[in-house]
Amino acid sequence: MAAVSLDHGLILAAILFVIGFVGLLTRRNLIVVLACIEIMLNAAGLAFVVAGARWGRPDGQVMFLFVLAMAAAEVAVGLALAIRFQQSLGRLDVDDADEMKG
Amino acid sequence: MILLWYILIPAVAAPLAWLLARSRPQAARWVAVAGTALPLALVTWQWVSQAGALRAAFAAHGPGVAGLVQGTWLADVQAAWISPLGISFFLAEDGLTLIMLVLTFAMGLLAVLASWRGIQERVGFFHFMILWSVAALAGVFLSLDLFLFYFFFEMMLIPMYFVIALWGHERRVYAAVKFFIFTQASGLLMLIAILALYFIHGRATGTYTFDFTQLLGTEMPSATAFLLMLGFFVAFAVKLPVFPLHTWLPDAHTEAPTAGSVILAGVLIKIGAYGMIRFMVPLFPQAVYDFRTVGMILAVIGIIYGAVMAYAQRDLKRLVAYTSVSHMGFVLLGIFAWNTLALQGVVLQIVCHALSTGALFILVGTLEDRIHTRDMAKMGGLWAVAPRMGGTAMFFALASLGLPGLGNFVAEFLILVGAWQASKWAAVLGAVGLVFATVYALWMMQRAFQGEETHALRFDDLVPRETGMYAALVAALVVLGFYPQPLITTARQTVTSVQQITAGSRLSPQAAHAPQVRILADGAPPGATVADDATTDGKR
Amino acid sequence: MLQLLWVVPALPAAGFVLLALLNRRLSRRAAALIGAGSVGLSAVVAILVAASFITSPPPGEAYRQVLWTWFDTGGLAPQIAFYLDAMSVIFILVITVVGFLIHLYSTEFMERDEGFTRFFIYMNLFVASMLVLVLADNLLLLYLGWEGVGLCSYLLISFWQRDLQSVYAGRKAFIVTRVGDTALIVGLFLLFTQLHTLEIQPLMAGAAKEWAAGSGFAVAAAALLLGGAVGKSAQLPLQTWLPDAMAGPTPVSALIHAATMVTAGVYLIARTNVLYTLAPDVRLAVAIVGTVTLLYACFSALAQHDIKRVLAYSTMSQIGYMFLALGVAGWSAAIFHFMTHAFFKALLFLAAGVVIEALGGEHDIFKMGGLRRKLPAAFWAFVIGAASLSAMPLVTSGFYSKDLIIETSLGAVDGNAWLWLGALAGSLLTSVYAFRVVFVVFFGDPQTPVTRRPRWRMLLPLYVLSALSVIGGFVWLPQWMGGFHPLEDFLDTALPVTQRVAGSFAYTGVSALLTSLVTVIGVALATVWLVESRAALKDVAARPTPHAVQDFWLHGWGFDWLYEHVFVLPVKWFARVARDDLVEPAFSGLAWLNVQAWRALSASQNGLLRVYIGVAGVGLAVIVAFVVLR
Repeated sequence: MAAVSLDHGLILAAILFVIGFVGLLTRRNLIVVLACIEIMLNAAGLAFVVAGARWGRPDGQVMFLFVLAMAAAEVAVGLALAIRFQQSLGRLDVDDADEMKG
Repeated sequence: MILLWYILIPAVAAPLAWLLARSRPQAARWVAVAGTALPLALVTWQWVSQAGALRAAFAAHGPGVAGLVQGTWLADVQAAWISPLGISFFLAEDGLTLIMLVLTFAMGLLAVLASWRGIQERVGFFHFMILWSVAALAGVFLSLDLFLFYFFFEMMLIPMYFVIALWGHERRVYAAVKFFIFTQASGLLMLIAILALYFIHGRATGTYTFDFTQLLGTEMPSATAFLLMLGFFVAFAVKLPVFPLHTWLPDAHTEAPTAGSVILAGVLIKIGAYGMIRFMVPLFPQAVYDFRTVGMILAVIGIIYGAVMAYAQRDLKRLVAYTSVSHMGFVLLGIFAWNTLALQGVVLQIVCHALSTGALFILVGTLEDRIHTRDMAKMGGLWAVAPRMGGTAMFFALASLGLPGLGNFVAEFLILVGAWQASKWAAVLGAVGLVFATVYALWMMQRAFQGEETHALRFDDLVPRETGMYAALVAALVVLGFYPQPLITTARQTVTSVQQITAGSRLSPQAAHAPQVRILADGAPPGATVADDATTDGKR
Repeated sequence: MLQLLWVVPALPAAGFVLLALLNRRLSRRAAALIGAGSVGLSAVVAILVAASFITSPPPGEAYRQVLWTWFDTGGLAPQIAFYLDAMSVIFILVITVVGFLIHLYSTEFMERDEGFTRFFIYMNLFVASMLVLVLADNLLLLYLGWEGVGLCSYLLISFWQRDLQSVYAGRKAFIVTRVGDTALIVGLFLLFTQLHTLEIQPLMAGAAKEWAAGSGFAVAAAALLLGGAVGKSAQLPLQTWLPDAMAGPTPVSALIHAATMVTAGVYLIARTNVLYTLAPDVRLAVAIVGTVTLLYACFSALAQHDIKRVLAYSTMSQIGYMFLALGVAGWSAAIFHFMTHAFFKALLFLAAGVVIEALGGEHDIFKMGGLRRKLPAAFWAFVIGAASLSAMPLVTSGFYSKDLIIETSLGAVDGNAWLWLGALAGSLLTSVYAFRVVFVVFFGDPQTPVTRRPRWRMLLPLYVLSALSVIGGFVWLPQWMGGFHPLEDFLDTALPVTQRVAGSFAYTGVSALLTSLVTVIGVALATVWLVESRAALKDVAARPTPHAVQDFWLHGWGFDWLYEHVFVLPVKWFARVARDDLVEPAFSGLAWLNVQAWRALSASQNGLLRVYIGVAGVGLAVIVAFVVLR
């Protein structure tokens, strides 16, 4: 099978990252925000993997494993926060949490 | 060592008053009296015992040679503090410092006495603040290390802020914050100037020091010197105050409680004058000379504008506050004139203004305590109700307008005749200012005390305790009016030496023929140094 | 005896201190005793000192007594020291003797007033200051006395403090004279800076030695001192305060605004005569100021109906004569007129006071009338005073002194015909207005009843002053009457001798005849008011042109209006506009800017997470781009 070229992989990672980022900025539902964060994390992981493939080292894939583990932990905490969020503010709209305004 | 006591006694009495007041509020007052009376007695004793030395120091060195040479201080304390940064604990006292210390402690004592019945809440904390400010003021006058000077300069702001903000009148918080910001901001400019001076001196000579006696005569381009001088000037100009940086003063003086006003008008604003004489001009005589025209214009504007503003006020205390602006205009005029006559006038004006304006503030304060208003529209014909108060007010109003026979006249005359030698038109306009002074003083008397009573105010006249206090101030002003010589002799050494330091610059050309005195730190006798260095900035 | 010189001012000063300290604890009797007694004792000592001076003059015809050095710094070392010469002798005698008579009079005049003690406190302070002024050996001490009398003038004019008119008049007096004082003090700056001393005698010697005639310094110094003199002596253009000063009690007007304080300007110019000799242009200005003022005041006096205001303008006019004399270098003549004027003007004021008190406070002459039978003492006193004022020939002191001035205005080396004509015209008008008052007040039908009669303390001064007004002139007879002039000889020891044009018409008997004729014509003209009925006169006065003219003269030719609009109102306007401080908007503007910036920045903190992340992201991108693309 032909190797994926570095450029294509990074472009894909960048596109995924931007999709995740834009989604993060525009969507108001907390769960969707968490999902977007996942997308961004995965995009970063993809970038790592592709880079590792370029240099022929396993470090990229090892980093991806780290990213995966961290993402899982973060989702767990994030979902717990989402539940508390829902309980105290009544719905999952991110814009409701604006008491830090000045 | 005695110099340390001047700072320590009030500084220790301060927390003591606060602590004792928890059990017995009256104790705080007595501690405060001790905290100011004791150093006052000490400094008076020092003055009397050094009277001979003051005369002799002048005589021995003669008019042309006296200088800030080590050993001609009346007393000094030098100890290393933060040596790596060149900061030392350097206190020194000469004639001018002595006078300022007497003024500080006397005004402090007066402030405490004037608040005997006026301040009833948080008595301990109040006296803590007053004593703290007295200690800081003493420190300001004694410091010769620029860092230490700045330290005390900033330190005295805090207690004064609290005094105004906690025990003041209706707009006290506004006034206190305004006072604090004005002084702090200008102080920061001075700090920048001090640091710049520190670095310039360090780069030029290799010694990084904040010691004033060593910083004198630092070489620098005249443009830099001008900027640094401005840095100092702004700080002292806000304090003095100089038009147009004076607007904090009416608010602060009006909203402060009587004791606050007395210390503010009596001592705090004099720091501006002291700083200019002690530091600004000796460090940058050439720059001061370049700035002289502007300075004199500002001074004259201050004199006349302050007087007209005083006349315009409806609030009696605000009227008295603006008279301070006017009188300090004379002080600024004298400083920029920079000759013996003018400087002696400045010293005398410092003392006499403190006495007369302090008395007026106390009088207005007691009047306000009795009739609960400062609005002159609600007064009128008060002389018939309280003749002693009327007579006292008349006396101090006359002092304010510079009536001969009282100290203020001698001071203003000396300043004006000295100013004439520097700039004729400034002296003429300053003299015109005396007409405006008459306008506000007599207007004050007419509006408040004369005319028909249009109200139903009835209140007690001055009691013997109060009359006694005023009598002391009256006597002081009359004595200074007819025999100010002791004050003049005391200040003479300083007046001569600061002119000597600036000798050779265009500011004091007449002293250029006297041997140049290079300021030494190692005690070598005067005249033993090379006379050809230009000891003044930018002159080469 | 001369060592007692310091006692002369010290006694009234001690009286002042004593009265001020004990104020409320003193009974009226005690206060009167101390108040009048101190001046009386001072008069006694002054007479002793004068006698000693005259009989055995000290070397150099001058005596100097140093009390202590006021201060000493920077080359300026004035002393509290007194200088006595012939001129000061005359002045201290007049001040203390006339002063004592007026104090005595006041003890009765003011007896019903609540501020009785306060009155004498101020009066004693005044006498002390005036004596310091004339005895001062240096200009700074003179200035102290100068301001001191100005202060007392203010305090005494506004004595009845409840009346805002009086208070305002006092303020006006103080402020207007202070304008003159500004000129004076600038003159002191100039003199000290150029001649390095303020002591009068060394100053005069120094000026004579170092300044050429007509030199700029001399002109400036003389002009500045003239400015001061004009203010204090109520000459044009600083004369507006004097008529209003009549709001004070009558003894005050007699002492301060007739006999003494207003003559301080005359004293000053005479004292510093060397400067005026060196600056002939300024001296001419002095003469012109004097002449113009005297004419101005005469016309104004003609239109007044307040008895005291007539006398005020009269004083202004007579001081104009003194200035005229000074201006033509008739130094001693001016002093002579000062002396006689003190006598008859004080007499006139005290007599007016009797009338005013008798009628319960009435000042308007047209509400008086027919008083010559009810108040004979006042009548005769007033007549003698008016006669002396008008320079009634041969029998009044005023004749000798005024005639001397008229002579000198033409016959001195610096005299000229215009000044002479002005003086003569003034003399005519003086008789008219003086006797107008006499006829309106003391003749005709009574308008207001007499409620209070004077007793001995008010009468005795009237008698004494009447006598002095008659015989006071015999110490200096004109040339054509023989050469008896002890006063001139005496004053010549202190003042320069007037240069006379030999054989001038002015010194002949014919000239004196002319002067006398003028006076008599004036009295004749004044009899219009005696003869014509009031109604007829009122008709004449009611016609538009005479009425307008009279009104114009009544209000002092509009000077008050002018000064009000040029000086007072602009200052008041500025004060009102700038009340909250002109500079304040700059600082509150800064504070406002601060607040706006705070608002703007606060708006960016909207609490929305997404916005924060977005901004952070964009910022990060910018930074990275910046770093990468550099």
